[in-house]
Amino acid sequence: MAMAWIWTGMIAASVIYGLMNGTIGAVGNAAMEGAAAAVDLCLSMAGIMCLWSGVMSIMKASGLMDGLSRLFRPVLQRLLPRACRDRDTLSALSGNVSANLLGLGNAATPLGIQAARRMAAGCGEKASNELCTLVVLNTASIQLLPTTVAGVRAALGSESAFDIVPAVWLASVLSVAAGLAAARIFSRFWKS
Amino acid sequence: MDYSAYLVPLLLAFTAIFGMWKRVNVYDALSLGAKEGLDTLLGILPNLVGLMTAVYMLRASGLMDLLGELAAPVLVRLGIPPETAALLFIRPVSGSGALAIGSELMAAHGPDSYVGRVAAVMLGSTETTFYTIAVYFGSAGIRRTRYAIPAALIADLTGFMAAAFSVRLLFGP
Repeated sequence: MAMAWIWTGMIAASVIYGLMNGTIGAVGNAAMEGAAAAVDLCLSMAGIMCLWSGVMSIMKASGLMDGLSRLFRPVLQRLLPRACRDRDTLSALSGNVSANLLGLGNAATPLGIQAARRMAAGCGEKASNELCTLVVLNTASIQLLPTTVAGVRAALGSESAFDIVPAVWLASVLSVAAGLAAARIFSRFWKS
Repeated sequence: MDYSAYLVPLLLAFTAIFGMWKRVNVYDALSLGAKEGLDTLLGILPNLVGLMTAVYMLRASGLMDLLGELAAPVLVRLGIPPETAALLFIRPVSGSGALAIGSELMAAHGPDSYVGRVAAVMLGSTETTFYTIAVYFGSAGIRRTRYAIPAALIADLTGFMAAAFSVRLLFGP
């Protein structure tokens, strides 16, 4: 329902402002352009999106996801010590993180939910500190290859669609670090 | 030297050879994944049609520029280009909405421009926060989310500032 409000708000706001501003003619044309641009964009990024999700699927089938999972276990054990005492939660958690890294959203979410369910067992309706940390970890995206964005850039004629990758890594790491630090600080004094 | 020029071909070759070494039928895995990619895209397309229509209308009415101007005093202080104002608001709420605004920004300013790159890095380094929180807490039966939302929004804001910062650092303003 939230999207319905946002969408209606956007349309209504642009029509009202267009009438006030005398740009209503342009608003009408833009509606047609926007709809066409959406299809153009999807068509021109379809090849890249399919190719990379194919590549990621090879990586998963080759066991690269499991390898990444093992790599992240020590980190997770420090971040979520209580949850990681349970073997199955730990494997769901590390699978969640590594699937996120590879951009396999379809694989990441079920694993994350599985871990969240196990961690929530026995703590009622109130989120524990570790559950908050898990959610913060998942709301801050860390992706090795931002393929959708690279697809958009390539579709729009970028000279080197993947040249933003180091910048994305840097920004992701800073964002995750800030989220985890904030969660740690809040956990000290947040009572309710 | 643009090292990212090596990234794509080397990664493709590595994945194929590593997969064969692990006795994976890499071609089947590739087609299977490509089909999944197509499904994802087909899922986004109807949403994008609606949202890009709205975003293009917002831009044409002049409201998008007004929003940028209004937010500019705060955003400039944070080092964030004010052109991206609308993206900041929609990013935590709607993934397709953010993709619509982000790609409109990249189209309007050019994908290799400063604003275009910042928009791309913002999209790549943040998530649809409220959607993720709803999915995780909803499925775990949690009602009292405590500090999860403020902490996640701090992560988002840091991500936006860091996106602008890292693009300036790596590409120049």
